Amino acid sequence: MNKVKKKVKVIKIDVDKCNGCRACEVICSSFHATPKYSSSNPARSRIRLIRDPLKDIYLPVYAGEHAAAECMGRDKYVVNGKEYDECAFCRASCPSRDVFKEPDSGLPLKCDMCEDEKEPLCVQWCLAEALTYEEREEEAEEEVQLGDMEIGLKSLVDKYGLQQLVDTVARLANKERGHTSD
Amino acid sequence: MRYAETGYNLEIDLSRGNIERVETDPGLTELHLGGLGTNTKILWDRVPPETEAFAPENLLIFSTGILCGTPAPGANRTIVSTFSPQTLLMAYSMMGGFWAPELKHAGYDKVIIRGQAPNLVYLWINNDQVEIRDASHLHGKGAVETQELIRQELNEPNAQVAAIGLAGENRVYYASIEQGRSSASRGGIGAVMGSKGLKAIAVRGTKDVNIARPAEFMELCNEVLKYIKFREENPIPGVIPILAVLGSPQEMKVHDEAWHTQNFMWGNARTRKKDFWTEEIEKQWTETMESMRTRLISCYNCPLKCGATITVPGQSTYMMKCFSKLTYTMAAMSDLDFGLKIAQRATEYGVDGYSTPQVMAFALELYEAGILTDQDLPGMPSDNEGRFYWLLDRIVRREGIGDALANGTYWAARQIGKGAEAYDHNTIKKHEQLPLKLSMLNPIYFLMYSTGEKMNITQIEGQFPQAPFPKREQREEFVKEWFQVPDEKFKQYFLDWEPRGEFSNPYYPTIEATCEIVDWQERMHYIDDATGVCAGLSSFHLKPPYHIHNLPALISAATGMDIDQAGLTQIAKRNRTLLRAVNIRRGLKRADEKPPANHWKKRFPELETKLLDEYYKFKGWNNQGIPTKESLQALEMSYVSEDLEQRGIIKNEQS
Ligand code: SF4
Ligand code: SF4
Ligand code: SF4
Repeated sequence: MNKVKKKVKVIKIDVDKCNGCRACEVICSSFHATPKYSSSNPARSRIRLIRDPLKDIYLPVYAGEHAAAECMGRDKYVVNGKEYDECAFCRASCPSRDVFKEPDSGLPLKCDMCEDEKEPLCVQWCLAEALTYEEREEEAEEEVQLGDMEIGLKSLVDKYGLQQLVDTVARLANKERGHTSD
Repeated sequence: MRYAETGYNLEIDLSRGNIERVETDPGLTELHLGGLGTNTKILWDRVPPETEAFAPENLLIFSTGILCGTPAPGANRTIVSTFSPQTLLMAYSMMGGFWAPELKHAGYDKVIIRGQAPNLVYLWINNDQVEIRDASHLHGKGAVETQELIRQELNEPNAQVAAIGLAGENRVYYASIEQGRSSASRGGIGAVMGSKGLKAIAVRGTKDVNIARPAEFMELCNEVLKYIKFREENPIPGVIPILAVLGSPQEMKVHDEAWHTQNFMWGNARTRKKDFWTEEIEKQWTETMESMRTRLISCYNCPLKCGATITVPGQSTYMMKCFSKLTYTMAAMSDLDFGLKIAQRATEYGVDGYSTPQVMAFALELYEAGILTDQDLPGMPSDNEGRFYWLLDRIVRREGIGDALANGTYWAARQIGKGAEAYDHNTIKKHEQLPLKLSMLNPIYFLMYSTGEKMNITQIEGQFPQAPFPKREQREEFVKEWFQVPDEKFKQYFLDWEPRGEFSNPYYPTIEATCEIVDWQERMHYIDDATGVCAGLSSFHLKPPYHIHNLPALISAATGMDIDQAGLTQIAKRNRTLLRAVNIRRGLKRADEKPPANHWKKRFPELETKLLDEYYKFKGWNNQGIPTKESLQALEMSYVSEDLEQRGIIKNEQS
């Protein structure tokens, strides 16, 4: 593979500074609404605050890659005497849980670093500075970036198999055409 | 499509086990906006004034505000309304935290509860699925504990749960509803919830809340955030620490308690300790706080940190906010360590942090005076702090003397008799007030204490400084960037207000100016109570990020309605007037509208009468504080005057 210079966007998460406000979830979901800011819904956010106040657990987690299958086992972390639930640190949208999925369709969500914004929205709205943003250059192997639609499709492929998906799309397309020609 | 609101209420009849999702009338949103405004309208329409607080016909309404669930910072209030067993009037309380936005996302603006469950139940609202579930296994469980147990049994860590403790189940007149880091405490709404056999309401929502004009709305939200940041970096000079910064107030963060401990009264609102705050105490209290406070925490979508997680070694963790930090400490003449410890038990029981310590201090005063004897208090420990724990345990179980005390100072004093009434010296409209006793009458505060119907001074004060600044230069500095005023004249009132001399309390601000200042402060609270924005970012504060100039635009952009400053002022006035009418119909009288007799040493009966006369007029009320037919008509509420006429409360010839 080719080596390319790549801008790496880094969000630093200082869990000690998090006050549990969930502003990051609010603004992320709003920013990604269509049209932009037309609705708000933390359940669609690409950052999720894992929060258990009585145990003092405040853990903002970003949605990463979609995982087709769940892991074989589970991990439990104990950090500073606090036990974090299984999967707490994991960024995957995976069949074992309902985070990082669109609430209606179940399609996976992935943090896109707010694409062209100069600073991610969740960082801008985290006045507690639990989230801070850095950019740096790095050499990396070239890879294909998937857009939202591709990620969604890929998860459907994983779930139903490519052939079934193609058949369904074809069927839908026919129906749609049928309607418009009415 | 409805914007900002969902357009649906959930109607629950606990007697019949009936659940209904009911579409609401958009016309009511235009008239009352939402939150407290529409709650009041529902109570007016549906609860006849003879209805007792614990009657099944009484409604208990959990409401969101119109901006809850939108990205407007700090729009997270749950506004709970019903009729109070203690004041017999409309009980008004609200809580921050996370509950209201969750309800919006579940697809409802309000949950309206009527009837009485045959057995203890809880409500589980999971988007479209709503269930009444058995809660018999939760009998007697702590309010915090219950929230955890319900989340576990539903296997839904993201559910937000509002619950009562033992005090609510036993109908203590100042029982609270607890929810995460917040509580709705005033007026005994927890007791009403208990009387309905409702232990908790759990809610989870994953639906969108829509914004009518997104770009415009976000720009305004970003300005609010920017100003919050500015205020965090630039505290207001010349005022006490908790008023210098935003928040509700940020008591858990602030260590300097000189002002509260030296100006507020200790015991049963009796003793002032002018030299209390020493370096040594500061050191000791700071250590206590830092050793027990795990984290400073916020409410939904708010950057301020008014709450804290408190872990007392050997006790279960709880969350605390605001002035409950000191109420137990000061009532018991003790220290912060005691205050944080007993508050843990009180939070699990679910009682109001303002009334409870005062009731207990009142009981101990009666004991010292020989009105209550060892016979009334069998087995009470001899140490002061032990007594507070002992009394608390009796009150929430309504055991022995606890049964009378559970009704609050006003009713307990009358039940106990033998002169106990004289010790009920700090209530207004039968409700315990902040323990403040001052010297010179302040006309603004006189009116706010007298006429506030939300029973708590913090629910009417805020926009205007509590006292004049000593030097003119300081005042000039203060008014320089004071764009929140609805009119430039308020700056002049403040500039001219002197600590001493001709332009000082009680004759300055003039009666006219006083009416305007009080009205402005109250108006901002009524707006917040309809939008669900926290008073800590708005009406409770000097120079807040939300004010009469940006709120109309924010509400308009969110809802798609076109509301300007005059329109919003009219809505606030309508809501305020309707709330008054509700209470008038339940028997509120001019005679009830007075601060405690000893609130100020220097009183001016003639001036006070004039103040009240003029303020009533200013508000469009008659000399008895009853809204007039004309003003009700102007507010499009002729149905109210017709009802009041029919009941003979206002005379027909009045017009
Ligand atoms: S916005 Fe910041 S402080 Fe608030 S929950 Fe997210 S990470 Fe925590
Ligand atoms: S960086 Fe942008 S997309 Fe990613 S979580 Fe933050 S707001 Fe959402
Ligand atoms: S100001 Fe304080 S009480 Fe108000 S919403 Fe923010 S954190 Fe909560």
